[in-house]
Amino acid sequence: MPLSPMTEPMAAPPADAAPEPTLRVDGLKVGFGGSQTRLIAVEDISLHISPGRTLALVGESGSGKSVTSLAVIRLLAARGRIVSGRIALRDKAGAVRDLVELDEPALEAVRGNDLGMIFQEPMTSLNPVLTVGEQIAEPIRIHMGLSRRAAMQRAIEMLDRVGIPGAAERARQYPHEFSGGMRQRVTIAIALACDPVLLLADEPTTALDVTVQMQILNLLRSLQQQQGMAMLFVTHNFGVVAEIAHDVSVMYAGQIVEHGTVRQVLKTPRHPYTRGLLACVPQLGTASEHKKQATPLFSIPGMVPSLRDMPRGCRFAARCVHAEARCREATPALETTDTGNIARCIRWNEI
Amino acid sequence: MSEQTDFLSVRGLTKHYVQRGIGRRQTVHALDDVSFTVARGETVGLVGESGSGKTTIGRAILRLIEPTAGQVLLDGTDVTALSPRALRRFRKRMQYVFQDPYASLSPRMTIGEILTEGLVLQGVRGREKRRQMALDALASVDLPADALDRYAFEFSGGQRQRIGIARALVLEPELIVADEPVSALDVSVQAQTINLLRSLQQRNNLTMLFISHDLGVVEYVCDRIIVLFLGRIMEIASSETLLKAPRHPYTRALISAVPGLDPDADRSGQQVLQGDIPNPANPPSGCVFRTRCPHAIDRCAAEVPPLEEVEPGHFKACIRDV
Ligand SMILES: Nc1ncnc2c1ncn2[C@@H]1O[C@H](COP(=O)(O)OP(=O)(O)OP(=O)(O)O)[C@@H](O)[C@H]1O
Ligand SMILES: Nc1ncnc2c1ncn2[C@@H]1O[C@H](COP(=O)(O)OP(=O)(O)OP(=O)(O)O)[C@@H](O)[C@H]1O
Ligand code: SF4
Ligand code: SF4
Ligand SMILES: [Mg+2]
Ligand SMILES: [Mg+2]
Repeated sequence: MPLSPMTEPMAAPPADAAPEPTLRVDGLKVGFGGSQTRLIAVEDISLHISPGRTLALVGESGSGKSVTSLAVIRLLAARGRIVSGRIALRDKAGAVRDLVELDEPALEAVRGNDLGMIFQEPMTSLNPVLTVGEQIAEPIRIHMGLSRRAAMQRAIEMLDRVGIPGAAERARQYPHEFSGGMRQRVTIAIALACDPVLLLADEPTTALDVTVQMQILNLLRSLQQQQGMAMLFVTHNFGVVAEIAHDVSVMYAGQIVEHGTVRQVLKTPRHPYTRGLLACVPQLGTASEHKKQATPLFSIPGMVPSLRDMPRGCRFAARCVHAEARCREATPALETTDTGNIARCIRWNEI
Repeated sequence: MSEQTDFLSVRGLTKHYVQRGIGRRQTVHALDDVSFTVARGETVGLVGESGSGKTTIGRAILRLIEPTAGQVLLDGTDVTALSPRALRRFRKRMQYVFQDPYASLSPRMTIGEILTEGLVLQGVRGREKRRQMALDALASVDLPADALDRYAFEFSGGQRQRIGIARALVLEPELIVADEPVSALDVSVQAQTINLLRSLQQRNNLTMLFISHDLGVVEYVCDRIIVLFLGRIMEIASSETLLKAPRHPYTRALISAVPGLDPDADRSGQQVLQGDIPNPANPPSGCVFRTRCPHAIDRCAAEVPPLEEVEPGHFKACIRDV
């Protein structure tokens, strides 16, 4: 099999022009624990990502970002279960399959092949006793059927592509001989080695320093332009969202509460939670004004509700300054707003 | 930097760790010749990337670790020269707030026990008095009195971090070293904690060394900022000046690497640093930043750039004017 060609750089297709998404999730609901004490961690999750586009899942700790992304690759912890929903992946051959229906051998043929993954802590996803070259070459041999030699050749090419100088020599080294940023480059090389259609990245830069984070974000952006994969990018950092994503879904307490293009959501947020979160972020260069006027930094009062004690109706109501009695009656539906954002708030029009 | 007004004075602080690698010994330069001062009531931020020596400075000032060289003077007392006994008594004047609100609070002790433990060690007599001091500390971090009889696991991350701050405040210290106190918190809770720290500064005339790798947070909390790279000071300036008119190439790169919230921002002027942070066991000669510096010239390798005052109160360690 020939090496996959480096495709021409291409601009991200617009949000609605691509009718055939790579990933389409419909009504995903995930629970944990036995049938008696089942806790619902996320519900009513629907999203789709087209080739060449990046969807960011953003939200605070415990909002369900990782559960959602782990469900997509069917790697939930032992006590986690997909209660309902559909996860349709259009694979390399163009065939659409519902990952929820696949058994473990079929999933193994998809993971690392059609589906690449990178996580927060690169060391945990690397094997300390294998050279990095061997670790990149392994999925290439398994999924692309290349010989040991050809696979190693491609592994070295991947190391070079992710910006590791002296790739041929570095391929013979072990993970502990790499810095944190370099290790994350290695996991990116592994994830992209088989030219996946979807790259799933769960907080891939959170453990890195800002100058290294910027390098990795730039690398991911340019690799996406070369390879054209769709990307699901999990982060809690809105600055990273602005840097890397085309579209964004904001999660709160296991639900998507707002969705739109990055520009729509960051510039004209319509859900009170999104507005609040954006206002909390200390923005560089603005503190001196705050200090002079002695105004505190905006903060959202209260805290995220517990899974065991999820309130009826709008889950954000206890912390929302706009809450009314009717907000607590039923779960607000996702509505399209004036700016084109989709927001789960019954009062978006009045506030 | 006059001696009288400096409440905290750090002089030539150096910390080397000797590590035995496979067959060879390595000296890790955690800190090299770090000097700065802090006035009473001032909050100074220490920023820098992982491994730049922020925690080492904080711990060496409180003498939780012994420096290899250098002096730390607090209100005229040489902390580095105190006998173990004298140090124990002196400790109550300086307290440490740890990063991890989960790991730093014992799960088997009530909040009341956690808060009064230090008071007992410092010989504060009278149960009732200690309880009252604990209550005052809780109130100052906006936690209810009934928290005293509860356990740490019953509190959220943000509340635990406030308990950690209350534990430091209960001894009525003059200096607090807060090591990444908001880094583990979500932004909404982080904002609450930043506001709390700011109001404590104003109410108690606390002197604080605030350690963080997040420039945005440091700008909010601190009067002045010290930028570190690989165990050395690169730049010192007021928060406003440092953000608006940074003079050191590293500070500029650091600011430029912080992702902003504007998706339309012009990224053409953005500086992306090449390469990795060098190995502290084998730091570059001369300027430690030179292997990543876009302005480096041959001369940068020759000697360590001195920290020079470029404007009143604004210091930088760079031989070039770029
Ligand atoms: N294995 C598990 N068993 C039980 N509950 C779980 C499990 N994994 C996750 N949860 C719960 O599901 C909810 C969502 O967790 P998730 O890990 O998706 O959050 P997250 O948004 O990724 O947060 P973070 O930013 O902290 O990574 C949380 O309430 C969490 O406690
Ligand atoms: N006990 C130790 N033995 C050997 N080296 C050490 C030890 N403690 C710290 N170091 C090294 O000293 C340097 C400075 O570490 P320090 O913890 O002060 O950095 P930091 O700026 O606080 O980083 P971080 O942001 O990761 O907390 C690092 O290179 C670190 O590996
Ligand atoms: S539905 Fe009501 S409580 Fe919920 S976010 Fe909207 S206004 Fe606030
Ligand atoms: S001294 Fe040289 S290498 Fe160091 S910051 Fe200045 S220009 Fe760059
Ligand atoms: Mg997560
Ligand atoms: Mg530290």
